[in-house]
Amino acid sequence: MVEGISHSDFTDLVKIIQQRYGYDFTNYAPASLKRRFIRFMAYKHINSIFELKHRLLNETHFFQEMVQYITVNVTEMFRDPSFYKALREQVLPRLASYPNIKIWHAGCASGEEVYSMAILLEEAGLMDRCRIYATDMNAANLKKAEEGRVTLKEMKDYTYNYIQSGGIHDFSGYYTAYADHVIIQPALKRNIIFFQHNLVTDQVFNEFQLICCRNVFIYFNKTLQERVVKLFYESLTSLGYLALGLKESLLYNEERVKFEPVNAANKIFRRKT
Amino acid sequence: MTLPPKYRILLIGGSAGSMAVLVTLLNHFPSPFPIPVVIIMHRLKNVVSELDKLLSVQQEIREPEDKEQLLPGKIYLAPQNYHLLIEEDATFSLDYSELVNFSRPAIDLSFASAATVFGAHVLGILLSGANSDGAEGLSRIIAAGGTGIVQEPATAEFDVMPQAAIDANPGVQAMSVEEIIHVINNISTENKS
Repeated sequence: MVEGISHSDFTDLVKIIQQRYGYDFTNYAPASLKRRFIRFMAYKHINSIFELKHRLLNETHFFQEMVQYITVNVTEMFRDPSFYKALREQVLPRLASYPNIKIWHAGCASGEEVYSMAILLEEAGLMDRCRIYATDMNAANLKKAEEGRVTLKEMKDYTYNYIQSGGIHDFSGYYTAYADHVIIQPALKRNIIFFQHNLVTDQVFNEFQLICCRNVFIYFNKTLQERVVKLFYESLTSLGYLALGLKESLLYNEERVKFEPVNAANKIFRRKT
Repeated sequence: MTLPPKYRILLIGGSAGSMAVLVTLLNHFPSPFPIPVVIIMHRLKNVVSELDKLLSVQQEIREPEDKEQLLPGKIYLAPQNYHLLIEEDATFSLDYSELVNFSRPAIDLSFASAATVFGAHVLGILLSGANSDGAEGLSRIIAAGGTGIVQEPATAEFDVMPQAAIDANPGVQAMSVEEIIHVINNISTENKS
């Protein structure tokens, strides 16, 4: 098994992927991405970087499988309950003053956090004035997200998270349980649009009062974080909100002066002016 | 006689039964400490945790944010529900990918990541625990020329974790808590000269 990837092999791989398939991983954080490459090689029983390069250059389907495997698609419903509590208490009451509310979930993976947001909006009575744009670079993720399918064994954790976030309803009312999975109530999807958008290469497409991009920045280097924060700034209305993951920061970002913290511990910021 | 290695980073991993030992070690840390310290403990996720504050008795212990620079004398605690990696430029990178050894943070990942970046200048210490996370990581540290120490299994509340590391790599040194304290204190003096 390959244990490490040299700098030059890593650069070569990123270049091959970019030139041949148009996905740009140049400014991803290397420690994590290298690990994903190695993990994928182990999964496919590939024993050398040479073989990996060879297959990337010669097999189109191989890359489709690889991109699915190397991008991180782990997510949870109501991950970090304190964040959702802060949304309920500090952000949604402000959003309620808009006749139409537009929210962007950037890098939504299989949609668990999008549905968490939908539940909050439903409970705040805002869903019918709302449109959630849920995007990811990965088409397979979006397909999964649209199905609203969640494995059953996670639901105990998610119910706990929901209650910790200040939820007072019967959580099981939001889904229908089957043998090994649940399906989120289709009514929660009525104002969600899922579509493909790549933060690395795509542009501003609308204007939002709230952008959630949680635990996506951690896979980017500072250069790419800079680009994406600019993109978010330009996509926010004046005084619009930006929510990041709990350990993500604007500290290393030049755009930080254009934002003010609303809830520093839960990484909720607001565009100044 | 070979000169003792100059460590550039100390990592401590632990799980079930390691808390008391960790506190003892922290209480014996010379201050200021000459290198960065990274602690990886198995922890619950999605609960409000004040572990960083609980451990900050003698000196501040903080959970690093993504892209934060590792600094000498600082003690970092891997945050809940993230893997903690280190980049070539000695900054932290967080990772929210699949559990490894049923754990996130996984000790193996932080240890291996430090071995890649700091090579022979890594000291990894593994304490009590009830699963085998950390064994692979210590092997990677030793393979890169660094030092791997485990708490003597007989003295650990749960011996699975240190024993797994010993079984995985003959280069792992088993030590009593007193001996580990001695090693940590020597780092301090070695780096002063």
